[in-house]
Amino acid sequence: MTREEILNELKKVIAPYTTNKEMLAGIDDNTDLIKDLKINSANLVDIIIDAEAKYDIEIDYDSADKMVNVGNCVDVINEKLKEK
Amino acid sequence: MSNRVVITGLGVVSPNGVGISAFLDAIQKGVSGIKFMPHYRELNFSCQVAGMPTFDWGSLKNYISDVTFHGLKGTNIGYGLAAALDAWVDSGMSYDTDEPRWETGCIFGNSIADTEAMKNVISKVDNKEARKLGSRVVEQAMNSGVTSYISGRLGLGNKVITNSAACATGTQAILMGYEYVKHGYAKRMLVGSAEHVDTYVYGAFDSMRVLSRKFNDEPEKASRPMSATAGGFVPGSGAGALVLEDLDFALARNARIYAEVLGGSTNSGGQRQGGTMTAANSTSVKRCIAEAMFTAGINGADIDLVSGHLTATNADRQEIINWTEALGRAGDDFPLTNSLKSMIGHALSAAGSIETVASVLQIVHNFVHPNINLDDPNPEITNLIGLERLPVKMIKKEVNIVAKANFGFGDVNSCLILSKYK
Repeated sequence: MTREEILNELKKVIAPYTTNKEMLAGIDDNTDLIKDLKINSANLVDIIIDAEAKYDIEIDYDSADKMVNVGNCVDVINEKLKEK
Repeated sequence: MSNRVVITGLGVVSPNGVGISAFLDAIQKGVSGIKFMPHYRELNFSCQVAGMPTFDWGSLKNYISDVTFHGLKGTNIGYGLAAALDAWVDSGMSYDTDEPRWETGCIFGNSIADTEAMKNVISKVDNKEARKLGSRVVEQAMNSGVTSYISGRLGLGNKVITNSAACATGTQAILMGYEYVKHGYAKRMLVGSAEHVDTYVYGAFDSMRVLSRKFNDEPEKASRPMSATAGGFVPGSGAGALVLEDLDFALARNARIYAEVLGGSTNSGGQRQGGTMTAANSTSVKRCIAEAMFTAGINGADIDLVSGHLTATNADRQEIINWTEALGRAGDDFPLTNSLKSMIGHALSAAGSIETVASVLQIVHNFVHPNINLDDPNPEITNLIGLERLPVKMIKKEVNIVAKANFGFGDVNSCLILSKYK
C-alpha cells in the first residue's frame, strides 16, 4: 500500500469522529487530529481500534502515542503493515 | 425563601406515542402501546408482551452530533435524550450556548444501563479483547450516562444529579428538581427519567412471576390495572421529561406555563410494618401522600384526579385502600382515578415521569384519560370506591389538581401535587 492509499483509507476511519468534514476532505501530513479536526482526545483510541480492524494490524501503546497528526498515523500504519 | 415552581416544557417517548402531540392523542383515545414480542416467546418467557416505543433510532441525529451518535448504544440514553431535548425546545429554549447555563440543572433518573448493549462488553472482555472496547463504553455504562448526555448537549451548569429509586424514580426526580427551584438553589431544572427494559431485566421480572402472562395473544388487553383478571404488570420502556422553572424567572422571559408543582413528598417505609423489598408499607404510603398534600397546602377534598401507581398486580387493592384513607374520601366521593399503565404498561423508572407528563396534559387540556381494559373491574376495589370514579372512556372536564404517586421496590414512595397555574 502506498502512503497515498493509506491516507485515503485513513480518511474513512477518521470520518465518524470529526464534525469538521470540510477539513477532513483536504487533510495532509501536517493536519493535527485534535487541534485541526477537533477530535475528542478520548476518541483517538477509537480511531486506533478501527484502524487495527481495518488493516488487520496491532498498534501498541508506544506507536499509538505517536499518532498526533495525519502524517504520524500514516507512518505507524505503514510500519505495522510492513511488519505483517 | 420559597418560590413558586411552574412547568414550562414537556417531552415524552412513550410506547403509545413519541412526542407530545402523538402521546396526547393516544391517551385521549385510549390507545394501547403494548405489543407481542416474538423474541420473548423464543426465550420461553411466561410474559411475551411489552410496551416498546416506536422509536426511530436515527432520529437522534436531530438531537446530537453525528460523532456523538456514532457509538451510542444505550437505548435508555437515547430515550432520555429525545424526551429531555424535546422538553427543552418545548420550553422555548435553544440548544447552543458557549458559557454553561449556571442557573439550570438536571435531575434525570434511570434504573440500569442497557444490559443488552453491555452484553457485547462482557463477551469482549471474556474473549480477552478488552482493548477493543474503545472510549464509549464507560460513559454509557455509568448510571449517570443519561444526565451526562443531556447536560452536556445543553451546557447545564447547575446541579446535575442522577437518581434511582426503582418505580418511584421519575416522580422523585421531579420532586427533587421542584425542591431545588422552590428553595432558590436553581432557577430552572430539566427533570425526568428513562427506562429501557431490555431482555435481561425483563427475564428477571418474568422469573419473579409478577408479569401478566395470560394475554400473550391479545397484547393490547395484557395490562389490566384494577380488573378482576389483572394478573401482573406488563413491562414498558420510554422516557418523560419536564422543564421546571421559578415562576418569576419564567414570567420574565414570557415562557408558556403549563401547570404548577404545588408540592410533593418522597419517603420510605423502611421495609417495616409489612413493607419489604418488594411490598409497600401502607403507613408510609399514607404519610407520603399526606405530606405531599401538606406541602402543597391542600387537603384531600381539593383533589380532582388521582394518577395512581396501579400496576395491575394484587397490590392495586391495597393502593386504593391507602388512597381512601390518606385522602379521607371513599365510595362515590372518591376522586376520579386512572392508571396510564393500562395503555403503556409499567415503565419502571420512567413510569413517574411519563405519567406526570400525562397528568400535566390532563390539567392543560381539561380531560381525564380512560382506564382501558377495565371491562371486569375488581369487585374488591369497586366495593371501596364508586365504579364511575374509574372512567373507561375519556371524560372532558376541568382538572385543577392532580395527585400523582409512584411506589417502588426498596419500599420507597413519591407523591407530587400538580395544579392548574392560576
